[in-house]
Amino acid sequence: MSAQPLPAVSYLKLPEDGDPYLEGHKCGSCGATFLGERTVCSKCSARDQMSAVTLPTTGNLYSYSIVHRSFPGIDVPYISAIVDLDDGTAIKGNLINIDPDPEKIEFGMPVEVVFDDALGRKDRDGNSYIAYFFQPKV
Amino acid sequence: MSDAYVVGVDMIKFGRFPDQTVPQIGSQSALLALDDCGLTIQDMEALYCGNLGQASGMVGQRILQEIGQTGIPVVNVSNACATGATAFREAWASVKAGLYDIVLAVGVEQMGKGLLGGAGGATGIPKEGLLGSGTMPAVFAEAGMEHSSKYGTTFEQFAKVSVKNHHHSTMNPKAMYQIETPLDTVMNAEMISYPNTKLMCSVNVDGSAAAVIASEAKAKELGLMNRAIKVRASVLTSDPWQERDLVMPDVNSCTRKAVAAAYEMAGLGPDDIDLVELHDCFATAEILHYENLGLCGDGEAGRMIDDGEVALGGRVPVNVSGGLLSKGHPLGATGIANIYEVSTHLRGEAGERQVQGARIGLTHVIGLGSACGIHILEKA
Ligand SMILES: [Zn+2]
Repeated sequence: MSAQPLPAVSYLKLPEDGDPYLEGHKCGSCGATFLGERTVCSKCSARDQMSAVTLPTTGNLYSYSIVHRSFPGIDVPYISAIVDLDDGTAIKGNLINIDPDPEKIEFGMPVEVVFDDALGRKDRDGNSYIAYFFQPKV
Repeated sequence: MSDAYVVGVDMIKFGRFPDQTVPQIGSQSALLALDDCGLTIQDMEALYCGNLGQASGMVGQRILQEIGQTGIPVVNVSNACATGATAFREAWASVKAGLYDIVLAVGVEQMGKGLLGGAGGATGIPKEGLLGSGTMPAVFAEAGMEHSSKYGTTFEQFAKVSVKNHHHSTMNPKAMYQIETPLDTVMNAEMISYPNTKLMCSVNVDGSAAAVIASEAKAKELGLMNRAIKVRASVLTSDPWQERDLVMPDVNSCTRKAVAAAYEMAGLGPDDIDLVELHDCFATAEILHYENLGLCGDGEAGRMIDDGEVALGGRVPVNVSGGLLSKGHPLGATGIANIYEVSTHLRGEAGERQVQGARIGLTHVIGLGSACGIHILEKA
């Protein structure tokens, strides 16, 4: 078992001497940004043009759904959200700290990325994880 | 290249058949389609079989083990919810290419109950409900909410799609359900993933559908032209790169790309289409596809459902079969069941739900991940 929590996804980075951040890979040929490492761009097909970039921690809500039924053991309701980060990278996650009510949620609303424990979920070996979430930007 | 024709086509009544095997379910529609044109499996030169749940299980060969092992080539096809349409298209292409004169396409599925999608990774922790939702109701809700954001489409407008399709299926004896669902019933049903309630999600059912496809020369030789359906266009696309599609599956651009190619292949436009069977896996999806298929302008889909233009008797009836929402959605069978529905109208054999004077129809399916299959059909 790891003494430190692990990242929930590969593109969430947990440096030993700094704050967590999300990492994108940007195509040097066309500028498209992807989550996760890759060597070929699926927008322009350029090869070996990818470089790691630190993704912004703010963006805007693009679309969402309020999930009332999920798989057994998953707490509902929750808001599944698509966010456009300020550099244009699209990312999906939970929108938290707002009522799961369509009257309260506005398209385009500013959000910020926050990092926290992965809702208490642990893997088979008992490791804890850190995940990212979106919350309304004040 | 000679044209290819559907000369026999049918489906079984969709339902739940836990005591049957997948090949047994598939063989029933195969026999029905053969009966529809008075032929037998001995007349078929190849079989194209679509199935998802047992994609590695040689379902096509096992269907022949049920209905006749003639030694013909069998191709098993898997392409998400576009599986049936892909099997049909492969069959069509083999005839168009002159490889065979007459072939059989079968789509079949046996479904479990419950939510589709959202399976976690093999390692680490489950991501469902942690990093958003990968369930199909949520994914298609997000696609619908994108439309709401752009055009103000309302929960009520999405719900009206389900009212319409359930109404249509009361006239379709082969649909899973024949029950009316008024607007308040749809809107007050259990919320699955806002704005999709339970009655706005397609029904998981078992089913199969099959089609016999022949070259023009073969159809004439067999005396089958008077009920034959001409395939005016067959198109398959995958999802072209879009700025959000790796986190938000995009059902729009692959549909628009496919329909543009289909209209071009047929030499037709949206105004020529008399009826449409499109992929209403969720009520939110149907709204998007009115615009994607060019049935109305961008932003007009909400008005189209409000004005009844897409209901039976309207300008361009959509999902007169009841659609996936009420006829049911056996994944691998859906793409051929849609072809059965449109063909039945073009033959003037649809009974109470007949679209009067139907001459040209369009079928559309989407497999998330993504694949879009479109066929344009015309009475020969
Ligand atoms: Zn690129």
